[in-house]
Amino acid sequence: MKVGIVGYGVYIPRYRIKTEEIARVWGADSKNISNALLIHEKTVPAIDEDTATISVECARNAVQHAKINPKDIGAIYVGSESHPYAVKPTSTIVAAAVDAVPELTAADYEFACKAGTAAIQTTMGLVKSKMIRYGLAIGADTSQGKPGDVLEYTASAGGSAYIIGTENLIAEIHDTYSYTTDTPDFWRREGQEFPSHGARFTGQPAYFRHVIKAAKGIMNKNKLKPDDFDYVVFHQPNGKFPLKAAQIIGFEKKQITEGLVTPYIGNTYSGSTLLGLAKILDDANEGEMILAVSYGSGAGSDAFIIEVTKENEKRRNPKPLQRYIDRKEYVDYATYAKFKGKIKGVKLEKP
Amino acid sequence: MSEGLAIHWRLIPQRYNLVGTECLKCGEKFFPPRQLCPNCRRVGEIREVKFSGEGEIYSYTVIHTPPEGFEFMKPYAMGVIKLIEGPFLTAQLVDCKPEDLEIGKRVELVFRKIIADGSSGIIRYGYKFKLKD
Ligand SMILES: [Zn+2]
Repeated sequence: MKVGIVGYGVYIPRYRIKTEEIARVWGADSKNISNALLIHEKTVPAIDEDTATISVECARNAVQHAKINPKDIGAIYVGSESHPYAVKPTSTIVAAAVDAVPELTAADYEFACKAGTAAIQTTMGLVKSKMIRYGLAIGADTSQGKPGDVLEYTASAGGSAYIIGTENLIAEIHDTYSYTTDTPDFWRREGQEFPSHGARFTGQPAYFRHVIKAAKGIMNKNKLKPDDFDYVVFHQPNGKFPLKAAQIIGFEKKQITEGLVTPYIGNTYSGSTLLGLAKILDDANEGEMILAVSYGSGAGSDAFIIEVTKENEKRRNPKPLQRYIDRKEYVDYATYAKFKGKIKGVKLEKP
Repeated sequence: MSEGLAIHWRLIPQRYNLVGTECLKCGEKFFPPRQLCPNCRRVGEIREVKFSGEGEIYSYTVIHTPPEGFEFMKPYAMGVIKLIEGPFLTAQLVDCKPEDLEIGKRVELVFRKIIADGSSGIIRYGYKFKLKD
């Protein structure tokens, strides 16, 4: 039985801040940072946007694209490291807002930046075993970087939602494979506002090791090699890491550029790999092969082999990512700090 | 502390999905929902209907002195939206500057945070509108 993507939806906020504006405030050399991280600007959520609102927007777009009755969704999983509540699921808010309630199961996932792909794997199992007809898997975040920290140049907001099923597929998922270890490269303790990271430790033993092992692992398992793929998309903590990983594995630059969105929207954390995949699907044609590999600190990678079907050409996504990327308004650092609640006491909140 | 928790919970279908009602006898649609048609009275036939979320700006005003809790959103616009199905409703207009607004411009539904009840209360979500792309 086939399993794959019936529809998908994206959402990123309208506001942007440029790398040079952040660098200006902290007295850093913006050219250096832009080149080192390959980042030009990132999205900024409005004061009334959070992971729940972003999840709802992309989930509604996915339901619209899939042209399904939302009551046929049997499971909703929202992967994020910025759920609005510590206790109270984001997934129930999404379930009500897409009108999938009440006959379904729902839960929130957490695994740094790969919680969204973990949600896809779970729903694949549920639809394939016929426990449910459709599953809705979401990766969304409004991530935070400590002011002045290197992560502040990339940590952004956005999300993507995928309807997983077994019929009317716009893309078939041939296989999935994961590589997981206990690696302390990035963490946030309960009650802490900002995450901590192991600086240089986040590169070699963390991101590269897991992404490369997962990519090679799934290719070996399926007897495929880099030139069997038209596109490859990796988790994108910055613009540089995925390019370097692709090169190490043996992909050409043209295979990875289509899905490389971080330079223009920043690192959307749980949304990152899924938004890159959506960007590829927006224009992909029948028979094209995609390798997608997420990465979540802590650490693990989920890899997917995806083949685009004819249905994707017949049923193009009405709200492609490029439209959201082009629709933007720049804010200065002060406005960004206000929107992100970085100024003490500034919140959309009753006293 | 969250006052009106039960009311908020009951209004979730309205606030998230613009669920109203319509009278099958005379065709009039209502938002917020009415349980009795004012035209047909006892012979009216009321059923639930979900509005599309598409409409236009019928009128709007810019808020410079917001109520408590909304201070950091100012200035923001509140619009009277005429839904394409007929009913009018009042909602905030987001992702725009007051000077972008004009009566008659097309708008569409978005899902946003309305307000949080203090730092330990519930977060209320609901409908707002933005200019159609
Ligand atoms: Zn009537």
